[in-house]
Amino acid sequence: MPETPALSVRNLRVEFPTRRGTLVAVDDVSFDIAPGEVLGIVGESGAGKSLTGTAIIGLLEPPGRVAGGEIVLNGQRIDNLPREAMRHIRGKRIGMVFQDPLTSLNPLYRVGEQIIETIRAHLPMSEREARARAIELLIEVGIQGAERRIDGYPHEFSGGMRQRVVLALALCAEPDLIIADEPTTALDVSIQAQIIQLLKRLCQERGTAVMLITHDMGVIAETANRVAVMYAGRIAEIGPVREVIKSAHHPYTRGLMGSIPSIEGTNDRLTQIPGSMPRLTAIPKGCAFNPRCPHAFDRCRRERPDLMPVDHSLAACWLVAPQSAEARS
Amino acid sequence: MLAFTIRRLFEAAIVMLTVALMAFVLFRFVGDPINQMVGQDTSLAEREELRERLGLNDPVLVQFGRFIWNAARYDFGISYQVKRPVTSLIAERFPATFELALTAAFFAILLGIPMGVYTGIHRDSWLSKLFLSVSLIGISLPTFLIGILLIYVFAVQLGVLPSFGRGEVVRIGGWTTGLLTASGLKALILPAITLGLFQMTLVTRLVRSQMLEVLRTDYIKFARARGLGDRAVNFGHALKNTLIPVITIIGLQLGAIIAFAIITETVFQWPGMGLMFIQAVQNADIPVMSAYLLLVAFLFVLINLIVDLLYVWIDPRVRIYGREA
Ligand SMILES: Nc1ncnc2c1ncn2[C@@H]1O[C@H](COP(=O)(O)OP(=O)(O)OP(=O)(O)O)[C@@H](O)[C@H]1O
Ligand code: SF4
Ligand SMILES: [Mg+2]
Repeated sequence: MPETPALSVRNLRVEFPTRRGTLVAVDDVSFDIAPGEVLGIVGESGAGKSLTGTAIIGLLEPPGRVAGGEIVLNGQRIDNLPREAMRHIRGKRIGMVFQDPLTSLNPLYRVGEQIIETIRAHLPMSEREARARAIELLIEVGIQGAERRIDGYPHEFSGGMRQRVVLALALCAEPDLIIADEPTTALDVSIQAQIIQLLKRLCQERGTAVMLITHDMGVIAETANRVAVMYAGRIAEIGPVREVIKSAHHPYTRGLMGSIPSIEGTNDRLTQIPGSMPRLTAIPKGCAFNPRCPHAFDRCRRERPDLMPVDHSLAACWLVAPQSAEARS
Repeated sequence: MLAFTIRRLFEAAIVMLTVALMAFVLFRFVGDPINQMVGQDTSLAEREELRERLGLNDPVLVQFGRFIWNAARYDFGISYQVKRPVTSLIAERFPATFELALTAAFFAILLGIPMGVYTGIHRDSWLSKLFLSVSLIGISLPTFLIGILLIYVFAVQLGVLPSFGRGEVVRIGGWTTGLLTASGLKALILPAITLGLFQMTLVTRLVRSQMLEVLRTDYIKFARARGLGDRAVNFGHALKNTLIPVITIIGLQLGAIIAFAIITETVFQWPGMGLMFIQAVQNADIPVMSAYLLLVAFLFVLINLIVDLLYVWIDPRVRIYGREA
């Protein structure tokens, strides 16, 4: 029997009711993350990556709402929990890391105050115990002189150091899942790798599942076990990281990887995908990628492809459908 | 921190000197003080003798120096009108204004901040909309009109609150207070609301807009993502970050409250410094006018100084800045 996934998302749908109709920003998204596994989420800006993460942790800003699907954390369904119960999931069982460590911490409180406050919100500890634990965490995330720096204010830390503090905060109640939304984008290139390595090591040691949202294919290649590629609110392809990077099945993924291999499998020149992702108000009929797809054919404009198994992956493309051989000819 | 305080004190002294200069110029060049003090039948020789005795024939600089020296020792001369030391007039009037201004400020803060927080958090509730509509009235109606309206409703129509005066006061040492008697407290209500309404609406709107801004920030999102409760997020994290601009405005408005007390005191015949000032203007009683000017300026400067020190206390980033400066 396979172990219970740390996170299981089934047919997640996120909607924004607007005056001119309902926008579907996340549409029928399903994936699992096993304990200790890192799932990378990639896709162009506006694909719905952050909204998926925000929906999982239950922090969608109204009028945005989860309009369908299930979110199951370690066997417990969490998308329909009452407010107060959901609050105890956040920070305790799901930790979050945002893009910009400079703005993630409240400038008016000492770093230690913010960690202790979070620990005590979730674990039955006295101030002293929480402080001791905070220092341990800071040491663990690699803050030199943690006993002293715990009483520093955020502005006294560099960007990389602040992101370490944010990591400590995300980990302070030993969550089952960490959602890291572009955790290194705002950082200096020279320290990005360190932070990613740290994230990966800490989560592996603890068996914490990681949902890693990023634009950086290098980070994905080094860190992730599996990758989900999102396009216009849907998953275009999801599979083991090597397969998705080396021999993607979906034309969009191939474009995203920076090269479009020809049908015979030989790599042509590097090309960017022409055009841009459709806005939510104008998602084309059929496959959302069809206006930009070099392989689009009739069916792509009529019918929307669902995820279909191919090798070790799933891809939402008619090219991988069993009967696609005829379609292509 | 010390350097910061010293620099602030120095700046405060400069401001006070400038105001003193203005008060002095007013004192010296608006009309001839001698004319104000003596009757028609005083002879020229007597006038000249008085002029000499008051030091009005000394060089201007000497006179200014004397003015500063006296003011620094809290001596503003004799009122032309009532022929008594200005300082004892102020001592009589100050408690009334102080109690009125303080009550108005408390009214503005204690109602304005919660209303601002509420309307900031519950953006679309009907109560928020009600608060905002009421606050629009407070902003758009002039003070004297609000005063007259309140008098009309509560004093004339309902007859539940007095329309003028301080009510019974109790004397404690050199201080008279209306806070200890029922009639004194009742008398305070309408003037305090009149005086504080504008500031209350200002505080409400300011806190609201600051809350809206702060609630959008990443650290608030992150605080929620850490699983903190609504109370901790809204009051511990958000409200504290709105305090810097709010304290600035409240501080400045405290000065404005004292200055605007002139109007409210006139409408309610409130026996405070504002009413004293209006009477002084009517009688060209220059020592009283310049003393009032200096006193109000002093209060402004003092409040600003306190506000600056509060910043340092609230915001660690200013602390650093202050240390380096
Ligand atoms: N409050 C909102 N109202 C309407 N549409 C919204 C709202 N918030 C987000 N969206 C839309 O949802 C879509 C997905 O947004 P999301 O932030 O998840 O993108 P993303 O994949 O994280 O992009 P990026 O890489 O730029 O972070 C976008 O097209 C965005 O315009
Ligand atoms: S379904 Fe058609 S249009 Fe969509 S990616 Fe596949 S080939 Fe291209
Ligand atoms: Mg995003």
